[in-house]
Order: sequence, then C-alpha cells, then structure tokens
Amino acid sequence: MSQKIKIIERDEVVIRFSGDSGDGMQLTGTQFSDTSALFGNDVATFPDYPSEIRAPQGTVGGVSGFQLHFGHMEVNTPGDFADVLVAMNPAALKANLKWVKPSGTIIVNEDSFTERGFEKAGYDSNPLEDEKLADYNLIKARVTSLTKECLKDSGLDQKSILRSKNMFTLGMVYWMFDRPLEHTEEFITNKFKKYPLVVEGNKMVLRAGFNFAKTIEALPYNFSVAPAKIKKGTYRNITGNKATAWGLIAAAEKAGLELFCGSYPITPATEILQELAARKDLGVKTFQAEDEIAGICTSIGASFAGNFAVTTTSGPGLALKTEAAGLAVMTELPLVIVNVQRGGPSTGLPTKTEQSDLMQAIHGRSGECPMPVIAASTPSNCFEYAFRAGKIALEHMTPVILLTDGFIANGAEPWRIPKMSDLSTINVPLAKEGDDYQPYARDKEKLTRKWAVPGTKGLEHRIGGLEKMDVTGTVSYVPENHQVMTDIRSERIRRVANFIPDLPVKGNDEADVLVVGWGGTYGHLTTAVRELQADGKDIALAHFHYIFPLPKNTEEVLKRYKKVIICELNEGQFAEYLRASFQDIKFNQYNKLQGLPFTVMELKERFNQLLEEK
Amino acid sequence: MIDTILKPLSPEKLTPRDFKSDQEVKWCPGCGDHGVLISVQKAMAAMNLPKEMFAVISGIGCSSRFPYYMDTYGFHTIHGRAAAIASGVKSANPDLEILQVSGDGDALAIGGNHFIHAIRRNIDMTILLFNNEIYGLTKGQYSPTSKQGMVTKTSPFGTIEQPFHPAELALGAQSKFYARSIDTNIKLTTELILSGSKHRGTSIIEILQNCVIYNDGAHTLITDKETKHDFQLILRHGERMIFGKEKNKGLVLGGNGKLIVVTIGKFGIAEQDILIHDAHNPDPHMAWLLSNMSAPEYPVALGVIRDVAALSYEEKMVQQIKDVQATATIKCMDDLLNSGDTWEVK
Repeated sequence: MSQKIKIIERDEVVIRFSGDSGDGMQLTGTQFSDTSALFGNDVATFPDYPSEIRAPQGTVGGVSGFQLHFGHMEVNTPGDFADVLVAMNPAALKANLKWVKPSGTIIVNEDSFTERGFEKAGYDSNPLEDEKLADYNLIKARVTSLTKECLKDSGLDQKSILRSKNMFTLGMVYWMFDRPLEHTEEFITNKFKKYPLVVEGNKMVLRAGFNFAKTIEALPYNFSVAPAKIKKGTYRNITGNKATAWGLIAAAEKAGLELFCGSYPITPATEILQELAARKDLGVKTFQAEDEIAGICTSIGASFAGNFAVTTTSGPGLALKTEAAGLAVMTELPLVIVNVQRGGPSTGLPTKTEQSDLMQAIHGRSGECPMPVIAASTPSNCFEYAFRAGKIALEHMTPVILLTDGFIANGAEPWRIPKMSDLSTINVPLAKEGDDYQPYARDKEKLTRKWAVPGTKGLEHRIGGLEKMDVTGTVSYVPENHQVMTDIRSERIRRVANFIPDLPVKGNDEADVLVVGWGGTYGHLTTAVRELQADGKDIALAHFHYIFPLPKNTEEVLKRYKKVIICELNEGQFAEYLRASFQDIKFNQYNKLQGLPFTVMELKERFNQLLEEK
Repeated sequence: MIDTILKPLSPEKLTPRDFKSDQEVKWCPGCGDHGVLISVQKAMAAMNLPKEMFAVISGIGCSSRFPYYMDTYGFHTIHGRAAAIASGVKSANPDLEILQVSGDGDALAIGGNHFIHAIRRNIDMTILLFNNEIYGLTKGQYSPTSKQGMVTKTSPFGTIEQPFHPAELALGAQSKFYARSIDTNIKLTTELILSGSKHRGTSIIEILQNCVIYNDGAHTLITDKETKHDFQLILRHGERMIFGKEKNKGLVLGGNGKLIVVTIGKFGIAEQDILIHDAHNPDPHMAWLLSNMSAPEYPVALGVIRDVAALSYEEKMVQQIKDVQATATIKCMDDLLNSGDTWEVK
C-alpha cells in the first residue's frame, strides 16, 4: 500500500457525525473539535439530538447528530452543509443526506445496513445501492465487525465492545484530516481510568480505525486545514452554557458577593445549574428547587439576604417564574434570570433552538413591570453577557433577563481566555450601618434604591409585593403615589441605556441593505453578510445584544438605511417591537421556525433578492 | 464533623416593645392574630439575639401582614411562596433567625409544594402555620383544612373535599419538629416559638387560630373555658399525658395500636399506666397518633409533639463547600478560566 498520495489544502471543512442516540456521536464530535482546536483551527459546533435519551434504536426520530466546522479562517457557524457525513445506520443516512454537500464524502457502517435496518429507517430497499448516492464519495466500512474483530481477545464483554465502535469512525476521520490521536488517547485514559481494559480497548479501536482508513485509502487524498490566524493569547473550548455559568461566577467575584443559584432542571438550560453545582470550590451555592417557581423564589430570598442571586431556565420555566419576577421588580432586588430559549409553545421542541421568547421576556408579566433584557450571541460571549447581566442587575438593583438559546448554549467554540483584571468593576449600592436608611430613597443618576442586607445593624425594614410609598417604602394605596412609582420603575430601566454601548454596525454607513438580528443568529448573519460583502455587495449588519432598553443610537442607525431586514427564528417578535418603537421605519422580515438555525445559503438568497428589489 | 452555626448574642437586653413597628395593626378586632403577634414579640425578645439578625417572611393572606408589624427585617412576599423565599434567605445567610408566617391557604394550598420541600430539606427556620380553616382575606371561601361539609361562599352546599391534617403532611415530609398551640394561649405560643427557634431545622408550629368574621368558633371545644380542659392535652417531654379538669384523664396505647382515653382510678388504671411523652423519639408513629387526635373523641394535642435532632440543610451546605474548598486547586475565577485543556496561540 502506498502512503498518502495527495494532500488537498482546504480553508474550512464541515463534518457531521450521526447515529443512534446511544452511539456516542456527541462524544465523537466533541473529541474531533477539541483536537482541531488544539491543532489551532477555529471551530464551531452544533449538537443536534433528540429529547429522548434512548429513542427507539435505528429510527429516524432517534438519530443524534453532531456537526462541526473548522477552518484556518474565522469560523462563525457550524456550517450549512457537510463535507463529510458519518452515518452509523440507515436512519442516520436518511435523516442527514440532505445536509451533505454535492460530491461530499459519506462514511457508513455497512454492518447496520440490513433488511431490519432499512425497515426501521423507512427505506424500501438498500439506499447504498440507490443511484442517488453515486454522486457522493461513499465509503462503506464494516465498523461493527471490524471493532469486534479488533477486540475479540481484549477480555471485554460484548456490550463494551459494541460501545467502542464510535472510536473506529473517529480514527478513520482523524486519518482523513491528518489529525494526531494523542488528545483523544489522553481523554480515554482519564475517562475510563478505573477500567484499564476499556482504556486499552478504546485506544486499540481508535488506532484500528485510523489504520483502516489509511489501508483502504478512504480518500484518494488527505484534507489539510491549516491553523487559523488567531489573536495571540491562551485559548480553551467552551460551550454557551458553561460560559454563562462562568460569567455569573465572574460577576459575583467582581462584586465581592457570594453567588446563589436557585433553579430547576430544564432542557436546554440544565448544564448551567450543573456547572454551578460543581463549583463549590469557588463557594457557589446551588439550590435545586422543587419547581421553577421555587427556583426563582429561593433566588429572590437569597438576593434579599445579600447574595448575587441567579435563576436559570428555558421558555416554559420562564412562564412559571413570571409572578415572582414581578415581585423582584416591585422590591427592586438584583437578580439574573437566564432563559435558554427552545422551540415552543408549551413543551414544544425541548432540544431545538428558537428565539420565540422575546416578547415573553420584554412584556410577559402582570402589571407595568419593566426589566432589562439582554441577549448573548455566540457560545463564548455568553460569558461576557452573563457578566454584564450581573453588572446591570447589581448596579441598577433590578432583575435582568439574559436570553441565550439552545443553539449557542450547546454549541462550542475556542475562546480567548480573559483575565479577571480586564473585566469592569461592579459597584453594588449597599447600605451601611449608620446610614439614614429609607428603603425607597433613590440615587439621582440611576434612580436605584439602596440594598440594606439583613444582619446590618439599624437598617431593619420591610419590603414586599404591595405597592410601596415613594421613599419610605410603607404600603400605600394613594392613587398619585402609584403613578409616581410606576413612572420611576419605568424611568430607571430606561436609564440603563445610559450605561450600555452604542449599537455597532459592520459595513458601510450608506449600504443598500441593513441586516438586523439579535442573539444567537449572529454567526449565520455575520457569515452571510461577510460573504456578500466579499462579493462586492453593499450590505451591512447591525446585531443587537441589548434588547430592552435599546442602545441610544438605535433609531439613528436604522434610519440611515433604505432597506432594513430583520432576521429572527420566530414569527417576527423583534420586528414587532422595533415597529412599535420606531413607527416611521419600514422593516422587512426573514423568519424561520424549524427548530434549526438559519443556513448561510438561505440568508444570502434572501438578501440578494432584497438587494435587487428596486 | 459539621460545625454548628453559632449565632451572636445581643449586646443589649431587648424587650417585646423593641420588636413593634410603627405601623398600625389592621387585623379585625378580636382576631386571633393579635395574640400571636404578642407571643412572637415576647419570644424574640427572650431569644437574646441582636435585632438585625431576625427576618420575618410571609406569603399572602391575613396572617401574612405579620412582617409589617414587626420592627425586624421583613419580607411580605407572594401567595404560597414564603417557604421557598425563606429557604433562599437562610441559605444565603445561615446566621439569620428566620420566622416564616403562613396561613392554611398560603402554606397548604397554593404553597403546599414549598411547605413540604422546606420540611424535607430541614432548613433551619420556624414556620408559624395559622390554621383557621378558612380563607379570610378573600372573604370566606373554604380552605384545605376546612372540615368536610362546611358551608362557605364557594361551598354553598357544603364542601365535598377531605381536609388536610397539617401534621400528617409535615410528618409525611419527615418533619423533625412539630408543635401546636392556640392563638389565645400567649404563654404556650411564646414557649413553643422559643423551642422552635432552638431546634436546628424546620420547626412547624401550628396555631389554632380563630377567624372572628368568617369562621368564628372553629376551635371552640378546645378553647372554651368550660370544655377546654377536657379537650386539650398539653404535651411536655418526659411527662405523662394527663389532662382534664380534674387531671384524672390520660392516654394509654391499646392493643390495636390506637390511643385510648382512660380515667385514672377507674377500671384499675393508675397514674403509672399513662403514657410518657417522648418528643425526641426518632420513630414518628407516636407523633402521628398524637397529632391526629381530634375532639370530641380525643383531646387535641398541644405543645411540642415532636422534636428530633438532625442536621439542617444549610449546615450541610456550608460544610460541603468547606470540605471541597479544603482540597480544591481552583481558588479563584482566574484559576477556573485557565483550568483543563487550554492552548497558547503565539
């Protein structure tokens, strides 16, 4: 057998691993992306899995996928279409074929392509014999039998042997992209350190896959993706949920307060609670509450008692927290409510992404009940916006809603690690012993009341959900006072706009089209706009992180452009909101509700259409 | 070994008056809540803790106006959620002395879930459960403790629902401290609040409270001067379960596992045959039997029915953090940021 014949340089590659939800595809994908990041590529990932932990084996509904995009240029999305698809069974092929680029490579586990497998996947006949596949580079590998053969003398039981087959495909793909095995070998050694047989077995299968690909020359060539030109610094991979958890811990540390998280597990937000629960080393207190309501209520209690309190949830959970969120507004206590949005309404699509909680976040409470709403836009900047949510909550004495979504929460990317000394300070308006304290007396600039924490001598006072008398904070039913307090609650949140950055625009001030987005669609929007700009199109992007209040230059920016198009993964909630705020601006819309992110291709198509319109 | 959370003692002697706020008390004249307010203020003064260490937390309902009348830190929250909010307060600052005030509707209907889970976790706080078997603030609808058949505005033909026995609910949630008093018995209520405060963990004090407007006389048999001696049994740990005007009635355990009311001197029953109250017995069965007694078949048990030592939630929480930190390599956020797999780009 000859060595690698030819190496093809590529700027970027997209790989999609897919199989049964028990096939270990998430792990396989994570290993490949970590290895690529360590190699120096820029990486973006997108896990796409069913909500059932073990959905019926072999069915299309049970297919779990993990897509990753790596390159030697800036990578902002997990990629629309895959260069390589790994399909562990017919169902995985059926579910994912539409996501493979024309003439892309498809690796299948031939052992699972049986009559039974076709039937479960809903194929009438063997799809591998279908002429539709002739346009692809199809690699058939007997992954199951080769894994069994490789481990027949390993001393492992049949179940453990079968479980290692994902390592075979990972090994194959590592060979195709000229990647080293060391990182994954080290990972296996650590993960299974209590089971030396499993460590040896997995490593053997990984190498066997690598060698198999080399032997059959799985491709007539190797891809090579050179390291990206990235800003100097120390990097790590991070998911959005982990970055959110860390941003909250960072805010607590900066503010000099203990962090308390009252929360109830809910997909896709649970990892934030899990990560915080693991951080006892940093003194984080987590309280797994009996329900969503107790999640926010324990946090409100902790905030009253002087902790930096947060609660984490997803759409239906936010609905349950609504009444208590109103209490936090009325009592003007700091609190961060993280909503990792998923497909709705009701239970909806728990593992899929959407941006349809925007109106719920802005308006979804009884009474006139304003609170700031901000949104993160990439996995790694969940850190920054969680930190900023904390800063606003603590400095302005208000609950803040931080919106992320399933796409950025589960997605991962390399992240240049910040230094705590580079983050801004957080100045908490604490009342001190000896102060002449009035619970609802206010600072002139921000209109915040002071936080008098139980245990502080001489500041005993009562707060609650009933309307409060201005300054003194006693219960008041005086009609004029309710007007005054309503006005203050509204004005003090508006004034948050004085403390946030202007809306930046990427592109020409006089561009023909301004693309507007918010939150987790940033990667796709910025890629689509950048690619069109590279083609010479006059198009710009304004992406919002501050939703309520809006940045002060919002109207000025939006009015500068002839055509404005708002793109969101909902029916147009941000568009409605902007229309209500700026009634003389015409907004076009591009919306999608499939539980999936935008594709760069569909965005470019729509933008081109708008560019051409007279 | 878990360190006990030690509370600082008050440098000055406080009186009940120190706990009175400047707000006018707006409960109806004759409402049982007035007596409980006095009892709480007396008990707090007797606890010898600095005033700033108290936090009174309530839900919604007549009794939940309580914090406004106390010159302590106070939080009048939302309907049903006081136990959850108090749990957060205590977890955030375990040094605080928490009094949580709820009515039967607030704690057992809309807030039932938080009530049982606070008990299950054993968060160190005293919950005063005002049980008047009616919704007062919304003007007279039946509550989860209203007796079956009771005619109210929402049960004009009588309720068809079984009532909760709050003690059963608490014991089912593994309550370690359960006591019962009557709104008008200020001496006993004060004593029970002090015992509840000393107990580490969730202490439930059910107060049989009379709503003069919507359910007057709900507890008459137990409170009426003529009948009360025969229908209340004040339990004291280590003492025999003797009651009655003549102090000649008592409880024995029957062969069928049921309690039986007997008269000392009749049918050969002597004083030493009467059961001795063991509030510290970890086995909850006797507490179950005692707390479930109802008039007129039995006397109603008052006093500390159950007081079993256990670690509280926040003691374990604080200790777990301490244990992890003792051997942790990550000491600050910068350590965490740079932990695990990282790489340099030069």
